[in-house]
Amino acid sequence: MRGLRESLIELIRRTSAEIPDDVQRGILRGLEQEKEGTIAKSALEIIEKNIELAKRKSQPLCQDTGSILFYVDCPVGLNQFEFEAEARDAVLEATKRGFLRQNSVDSITGKNDGTNLGPGSPNMHFHQHATDEIQVRLMLKGGGCENVGAQFSLPNTALKANRDLDGCRKVILEAVHQAQGKGCGPGILGVCIGGDRASGYEFSKREFLRMLDDRNPDPKLNELEQDILKTANELGIGPMGFGGKTTLLGVKIGAANRVPASYFVSISYMCWAFRRHGASLAQDGTISDWLY
Amino acid sequence: MTHHLTSPVSEEAIRELKVGDQVLISGVVFTGRDAVHKYLHEGGELPSGVNLEGGIIYHCGPVVLKDENDEWKVVAAGPTTSIREEPYQGDIMKHFGVRGVIGKGGMADKTLAACKDHGAVYLHAIGGAAQVLAECIVRVRNVYMLEEFGSPEAIWELEVNEFPAVVTMDSLGESLHKDVRSQSEEALADRR
Repeated sequence: MRGLRESLIELIRRTSAEIPDDVQRGILRGLEQEKEGTIAKSALEIIEKNIELAKRKSQPLCQDTGSILFYVDCPVGLNQFEFEAEARDAVLEATKRGFLRQNSVDSITGKNDGTNLGPGSPNMHFHQHATDEIQVRLMLKGGGCENVGAQFSLPNTALKANRDLDGCRKVILEAVHQAQGKGCGPGILGVCIGGDRASGYEFSKREFLRMLDDRNPDPKLNELEQDILKTANELGIGPMGFGGKTTLLGVKIGAANRVPASYFVSISYMCWAFRRHGASLAQDGTISDWLY
Repeated sequence: MTHHLTSPVSEEAIRELKVGDQVLISGVVFTGRDAVHKYLHEGGELPSGVNLEGGIIYHCGPVVLKDENDEWKVVAAGPTTSIREEPYQGDIMKHFGVRGVIGKGGMADKTLAACKDHGAVYLHAIGGAAQVLAECIVRVRNVYMLEEFGSPEAIWELEVNEFPAVVTMDSLGESLHKDVRSQSEEALADRR
């Protein structure tokens, strides 16, 4: 796996500087919808210009290069210690080259040692699968959008949300309303219905690995996704919370089993600067294919 | 309408700005975010060289590298979420004579009241537009408290040229954020 470190540096560079095509298509659709002469339109025009500029200059789309989340699908027998060590070296080098901000702070001392390395950073998720291929996905999730994530425990009396899909709909729309302005909209939602407090959020983030324009294979969840997307875009929140038609670009909902006593709805919010890419790796660790 | 603002800026120029106006900011801005606001609010002194009288604070943690001539170069510099500074911002504006705050997401009642009393505005930059905004930064003049707070949280003294923002809270007590919030609340009530 001699090529692994360079591949991971390139994955970090690309994720930080180049918005995935599926997301850019969503932003362009939003741009067409907004009325000429509004600040919503001008916000999306600046966003579009920013996307082009970041790609051309190979520099971060957003200065908050976020939590560094690696998702690795690997065959049985992959040495995860070695892989993680290479990922840490790649993060250190990508930080030196300015693809990542010095973004990791010791929570107790408040020290930022400028390396982006420490407990939980980078965050590695390994999953074995039954093929020989290694697929590595990376998400860089900024703090502004992470801060507006929300978790509800149903029933919720104030929102009249019961333990059913209508109750889920109510709390998800409430989260959209609460996030306005703060999470750099237009946003994308990743939602998990069920699970425990930790797995709920973990599964909600995994929804961001789906393509933005795919359809949920579960008809009920597909219906809920489309309903929330349409309804949220009727609320008049708009890009940056300036007012307008483009509040969300997509909604992705999954489900996990729960214990009878719990009914969590966990909502992760992703900003328009939706940074995720992925690659398939050849046996020597070089990139054989891009996934988004 | 579009206004050209040059920082440091007078109270008079600030009082002319209304919610919805677009502005292009030139001159000097100082970055300051969570650590700086907490520090100043707890009575910390401004480092010598930093003068916020008539000044503009930018809620931003930039990516900054040293170039081949050992000069600082801003690589990415969009706004961070401002509401976290709500407990401190109004007092800091008044105490140090700040006339403008650039950030994203808007701020709440305490800051809005300070904008009205003292004569200041909230200037909303486009969140995530780190490249477009970095292009408006002509030069890094200086950096303060880099060792204490780390690069994203340090005070960067930046010279900017035609940095674009929108007035979303003005000195008349108007706030776009309040308006959009209450309108969207009503729209949501109809659709629950």
